Amino acid sequence: MVILVWSMGWTLLILLVVLTVVHGNPTVMVRTGSGPTVGFDQHPNSVPLGEDIQTTTEGESEVVEEVMTTGVLNPSHYPARRAATVVQHYLNTRYGSPYRWIFLSTVHSGSAEEVAEMGRKYQLALTMQEMISNVSGQCSAELFFPGGEGQSAPQVQASCEGLHQSNTTAQEEAFYQQHRTSNNLASGNNIPDSYGHVEPSMKPFWHLGGVASSFIMLRESNESTLYNMAQVANFTQLETEKDQLRFNYHVLLHEMISQEIIHWKLLVTWSPEQGVQVLQTELQPKCHHCEAPPNTTN
Amino acid sequence: MYIYVLYVCIACYVGLTCQLVFCPPPSCSLSFLLSLLPPLSKLDVWMEPIDLSTPVDIRVPFTSLQTVKAFLETEDIPYSVMIMDLQVMLDEEQDQMLSARAAAPRTTDDYDYSNYHDIADIYSFQDMLVAENPNLVSKIVIGQSYQGRTLNVLKFSTGGTNRPGIWLDTGIHSREWITQASGTWFAKKIVTDYGRDAALTAILDKMDIFLEIVTNPDGYYYTHNSNRMWRKTRKPNPGSSCVGTDPNRNWDAGFGELGSSGSPCSETYRGPEAHSESEVKSIVDFVKSHGNLKAFVSIHSYSQMLLYPYGYTSTPCKDQSELHDLAMKAITDLASMYGTSYRYGSTINTIYQASGTTVDWTYNQGIKYSYTFELRDTGRYGFILPANQILPTAKETWLALMAIMEHTKDNTN
Repeated sequence: MVILVWSMGWTLLILLVVLTVVHGNPTVMVRTGSGPTVGFDQHPNSVPLGEDIQTTTEGESEVVEEVMTTGVLNPSHYPARRAATVVQHYLNTRYGSPYRWIFLSTVHSGSAEEVAEMGRKYQLALTMQEMISNVSGQCSAELFFPGGEGQSAPQVQASCEGLHQSNTTAQEEAFYQQHRTSNNLASGNNIPDSYGHVEPSMKPFWHLGGVASSFIMLRESNESTLYNMAQVANFTQLETEKDQLRFNYHVLLHEMISQEIIHWKLLVTWSPEQGVQVLQTELQPKCHHCEAPPNTTN
Repeated sequence: MYIYVLYVCIACYVGLTCQLVFCPPPSCSLSFLLSLLPPLSKLDVWMEPIDLSTPVDIRVPFTSLQTVKAFLETEDIPYSVMIMDLQVMLDEEQDQMLSARAAAPRTTDDYDYSNYHDIADIYSFQDMLVAENPNLVSKIVIGQSYQGRTLNVLKFSTGGTNRPGIWLDTGIHSREWITQASGTWFAKKIVTDYGRDAALTAILDKMDIFLEIVTNPDGYYYTHNSNRMWRKTRKPNPGSSCVGTDPNRNWDAGFGELGSSGSPCSETYRGPEAHSESEVKSIVDFVKSHGNLKAFVSIHSYSQMLLYPYGYTSTPCKDQSELHDLAMKAITDLASMYGTSYRYGSTINTIYQASGTTVDWTYNQGIKYSYTFELRDTGRYGFILPANQILPTAKETWLALMAIMEHTKDNTN
């Protein structure tokens, strides 16, 4: 058991001793402050950077203080994967449409570093795949997860080659013209259904729901989350306004680390020219008698 | 003539002021007069009055039931109840219509492996498989779920006494439907391949295979009837309105540590204590009493990953190197079928820190080849994977399982 104590006092030392005895884990290594970067191969133990290791007391749900890997990232491991998924959400907010829905295919390489006092920065080399045309593209991305108490969204920059090859113009235009007049406002629910089935006519609305969800997923993401849209619970088309198709969507998001299904309602607009925009978001409570947490509406 | 008189009589029975009502047909009918009688006036008449000898059929809503009965009895109008509860009959008819579309299979050769099935179908399948292969397959009931459903394990054995065993489970998280569907296919695959496929035959000639297909039956039922996204057990939590414990955080390996929740409302709630869930305890008891399991594979979805211990600690497990190499072989074989790519590694590195998980406990019991699978896909469909991916998923996963089982056999005395 190696304990490196730099500027912390005896309290930390005693805490670590106690915790080590409790856990029976003889190889805990703690370094305070930011030390040299650690390659994942040499140290299977991730290195906590100045964060306490907490056990949970009975009956309490603990906040998971995750251990943050720094330096070269293993593309198979979760830190790179979570960051890459954030890039996926970002790309969908920029380029997604009823006929363009992008998913992470492969993480090739990545690295992470602390940005003193401000947050953490990632660099990634990825392959993304557009699901409808099956076209793949190589992307390089940089993202920044702000640190601190406030819940601010990650900032992403990404450039991709080859992803926009799929020509969706004709399909998008046809879909837009078909639905812009108000005679027959579309609606649907449970997309996909319990058996994974999506009616062909519902597919563009499914894709649109996924793209719209990306706005929320991007905003809510941090290094301890991994979001996917699980299902479109329902959607209703509203009257077209300012040449934008408008929809109310109720989506279910799956957050992988907590395993929670999170319900959101969205007001979504789209046109081929303006792309997808999300005007309002509202978090739905998990159960009837539960209260939604504050700052739910956008 | 008769009929006019009767009309008048009916009017009298009601206790209305008796009036002579001249009511010549065709405008006047028994229906019209029936409609004058307050207790019957708002009822849904199914068989209109035709003549004196033919009964009138009326549907009586529940709220009017007592009034109508009282009226008929007071007025001495004979009646009989044809259908006690129409809704029940409609529901049954609906069920029949649905099941008629998918007629119940009579053999496991008839069974539709390319579709999702409810718990009744899978339990019937298990019994059929045993009946068709009595020398190879038996069913062991290892316990009961919270709601009293049997926890069924299929044992595939070619004989011997307490041979070393391989355990496979699917469906511990009920919303992961691709797993129960794959488990059903695996069961059929084993009986089909024994005696035909050299590798599987060699395994079964030396070892037994145990397969629990619906590891969380209460949850599975709930996903069919109430909430498709239900994950946990269905046991209530005292003092909370939230139901269920995460059966993959309930094992006594790092129980209570980071990587599970102490809140009953959470999807990763660990339960009040280790092995509190009967679905978990039954397996614990089975494993301990068997005492000779060499491999333990717990199958989940989604994410396309093959994981080995640990999830509760970043300390590498003692067999990490061998498990890592075997995982690589397994996912390479898996990819050979359709190109599906899997990641692999320890749970804590590859997916997240998770405490109280199944394979951490089984590994600590000495079952070296303890693995968790996360099947297709990587998020596009997630838990609601289309049925047309069941067979491809089951087939490719089987290749990975065979790699693990073969290696286990080759490294077991």
